[in-house]
Amino acid sequence: MTSRDAILRRIAAALADVPADESPDDVPVPRDYRRSHTSPGGDLVALFTERVRDYRATVTHAGRAGLAATLAAVLTTRGVRNLALPDGFPSGLIPPGDWQWHREPLDVPSLDALDGTLTLAAAGIAITGTLVLDAGPGQGRRALTLVPDYHLCVIRADQFAADVPDALARLDPSRPLTFISGPSATSDIELDRVEGVHGPRVLDVVIADPSDTPREQP
Amino acid sequence: MTAPTDRGVVWLGSPTFPDAARTALLDTQLRANLKRATTTIRAKRHAAATELDDWEALRDSAAAIKRRTARHLGRYLVQLEQTVTAAGGIVHWAGDAAEANRIVTDLIRETGETEVVKVKSMVTQEIGLNEHLLDAGITAYETDLAELIVQLGDDRPSHILVPAIHRNRTEIRDIFAAEMGRWGRPAPEDLTDDPAELAEAARQHLRHKFLTAKVAVSGANFAVADTGTLVVVESEGNGRMCLTLPETLITVMGVEKVVPTWSDLEVFLQLLPRSATGERMNPYTSTWTGITDGDGPSRFHLVLLDNGRTDTLADTVGREALACIRCSACLNVCPVFERTGGHAYGSVYPGPIGAVLTPQLAGIDRAATLPFASTLCGACYDACPVKIDIPALLAHLRAGVVESERARRRLPTAEAMTMTAAATVLGSPALFDAAQKAGSLGSRAIARDGRIGRLPGPLRGWSATRDTPALPAESFRSWWRKNRDSDR
Repeated sequence: MTSRDAILRRIAAALADVPADESPDDVPVPRDYRRSHTSPGGDLVALFTERVRDYRATVTHAGRAGLAATLAAVLTTRGVRNLALPDGFPSGLIPPGDWQWHREPLDVPSLDALDGTLTLAAAGIAITGTLVLDAGPGQGRRALTLVPDYHLCVIRADQFAADVPDALARLDPSRPLTFISGPSATSDIELDRVEGVHGPRVLDVVIADPSDTPREQP
Repeated sequence: MTAPTDRGVVWLGSPTFPDAARTALLDTQLRANLKRATTTIRAKRHAAATELDDWEALRDSAAAIKRRTARHLGRYLVQLEQTVTAAGGIVHWAGDAAEANRIVTDLIRETGETEVVKVKSMVTQEIGLNEHLLDAGITAYETDLAELIVQLGDDRPSHILVPAIHRNRTEIRDIFAAEMGRWGRPAPEDLTDDPAELAEAARQHLRHKFLTAKVAVSGANFAVADTGTLVVVESEGNGRMCLTLPETLITVMGVEKVVPTWSDLEVFLQLLPRSATGERMNPYTSTWTGITDGDGPSRFHLVLLDNGRTDTLADTVGREALACIRCSACLNVCPVFERTGGHAYGSVYPGPIGAVLTPQLAGIDRAATLPFASTLCGACYDACPVKIDIPALLAHLRAGVVESERARRRLPTAEAMTMTAAATVLGSPALFDAAQKAGSLGSRAIARDGRIGRLPGPLRGWSATRDTPALPAESFRSWWRKNRDSDR
C-alpha cells in the first residue's frame, strides 16, 4: 500500500464517528463577522494612508496630471539612481529626470546591484494598510520588488478594497500574490518590532487620484 | 493501534516537565527575558484583537472552518492533491518523520545541491529535518532571524513564533559575534546589541545565501484545497527570498493545514497576524499556486505529512488540537510558560498548545507530564483565535495518562489507592467523622504556628512547595451538631 493510501485509510478510520452521508456543508460555518471594518461611505484612501504610515512607510498623494512629477520628487528625496522598471509599466508615468531604468531580463546579481524598483499594484487593503502585487503588468516578477532595497509603489485610489474579505474576492489565486504591509520587519528580538531585514527596507507609496488635482496631503 | 514509531516532536533524553521547570525557575536571566517579551506581546495582541468588534464572530467562524475540514479531511487532501498537481506541483505523502525526511533528502539529492535555505517551519523542526540532512551531507541554513539565533547558538527553539524568545539582545549579540563566522560571513567587529544593528548583521550574513541558493525548504501556514494555493505568512522577507529565488521549492506541511476554499482565508488572515505579533497585518504574505512560468521556482514539491495527526484525529475530543494555526498567543498569555520558558516542555511544541499536541502526536507515554503542566486557568482558551478549548483537552489527556499508567502497572499507584480510600471514607459519615478527629489530632501534633510545612515520604511532592493549615480542633459538622441542638 502506498503512503497516500495508508494515510487516507487512517483518516477514514479515525473519522468513524462522522456519518457516511455527512457532507462538508452539513458542518455549519457561521459567517457573522463583518465583511468590512470601515464605516459606510468611509474614506478608504485616508484610512490606508494612516494605517500604512503605522508601519513606517511613507505615503504621497498625487493628481493624475502631476503623477510623474510626484514620482520624480519622491525618488529625488531618496537619492536612488538605478531602478528596475517592470514590463508593462505605463511609459507616461515614467518620471522625467536623470534616472537609469533597467528592464527585463534582469538576473539576480543585476537586481542586487540596483537601488530600487518602481511598480504598480494589483490592489490595496485600507483597514490593514496592505498593498497586494500579483505580478501583472507594471508590477514585475516577485524578485523585482524583493531583491533591490527600495520599493516605490504607485496605486490608484480606486484600487483599494475596504478590508481583507473584499480584497481576497478581487484577487486571482492562480497568480503568485505578495501582500506587503510596510517595509520588512522582525519581532524576533525581545518581541519588539524593528523595521528592515531581508526585504526592501524602505517602502514609499504614491496614491494616484483619478482627478487632476491631488487631495491635500493629510 | 501499533506503538508510535520515532516521530520526532520530543527531544530524546529531556527531563520530565516538573524537573525541567524546577531548573528553569532558578534561571533569573531566563525569567527576566521571558517576562519582558511576553508582557510586550500581550499588550499588543490585546490591542490588535479588541480593535475588531467582531473578533468573537471571527473566532467562531475559524473554529467551524477547522471543524468542517477535520471531519472531511480525506476529501480536502485529495482535492488539494488534484489542484496542486494541475498547477504544475508534485505532491508526496509521508506517513511519519522518517519518510518525510527521506523524501526531502532524495528531492534535494536529485538537484545535486548540498546546501538549502529554509523558511522557518514548525513541521520541519518536528521531524528533525536539519539533523537528518546534515547526516546526509546537506547543510540547511535557517533564515528566520530567531531560527538563525537558535542555529548559531546550537540551541533549541523555545517558542513557536519566536524560537529565541529566551535570549535577550545582549545574548544575541554575543552569539552573532562568536558564531556567524563559522557559518559564513562574520558579524561586524563593532556589533552592538541594538536590535536594528542585529537585524542588519543577519541581513548581511544571509544575503549571499539567498541570492545563490538553488533549493529552498519551507513549511506552510495554509493550503487551499479548491485552488491549490499555498500560503506563507512572515515578516522579514526571508520567506519571500526562499519562495521566489531558488529553482526548486520543497514545502512540507502537516495534513491538518488544508483549508477548504480561498475565501476561508479571509478569516485566518485577519486572526493570525493580530494573534501572533499583534499587528493588523504581518509585513509579507506570499501565496503561490503550483509553478508560474518566468516567476519563481520552476519545480515545486509539496510533502503532505501525517506523523501522528491521524492518531490525533481518531480521538473525537483530542482532534480539536489539530485546528491550531501556530500563532503562539496561548504561550504568550500562559503564566506557566512565562515562568518556565519553552525548553522545559521538552518538545518542539511548547506552552499550552504544546501540552495538548505533543502527547497526541508523539504518543502519551512520551510526554506524560505535559498535560499536567498547567493550572487550567483558561487564559489560553480566551486567547486562542480558533477557540481550541485547551483546558478541556488537558483534562481529557490527564485522564488518558492515568488510564495509560493503570494499563501498564499490575499494582495500583499510590494515587489510585489514596483515591479509593478517600471514596470509602467520604461515602460514610461515621468514617468521615473518625477521619476528621484523627486528622485534627495528627495535624496539630506536627504543625508549627498552625501551619504544616514540609513532610517526608509520599507527601513530600505536595508539601515541598506549599504550607497546609493545621485542621481546627473541632470540625464544622461537630460544631453544627452541638449548636443546632442547643437552639431547639
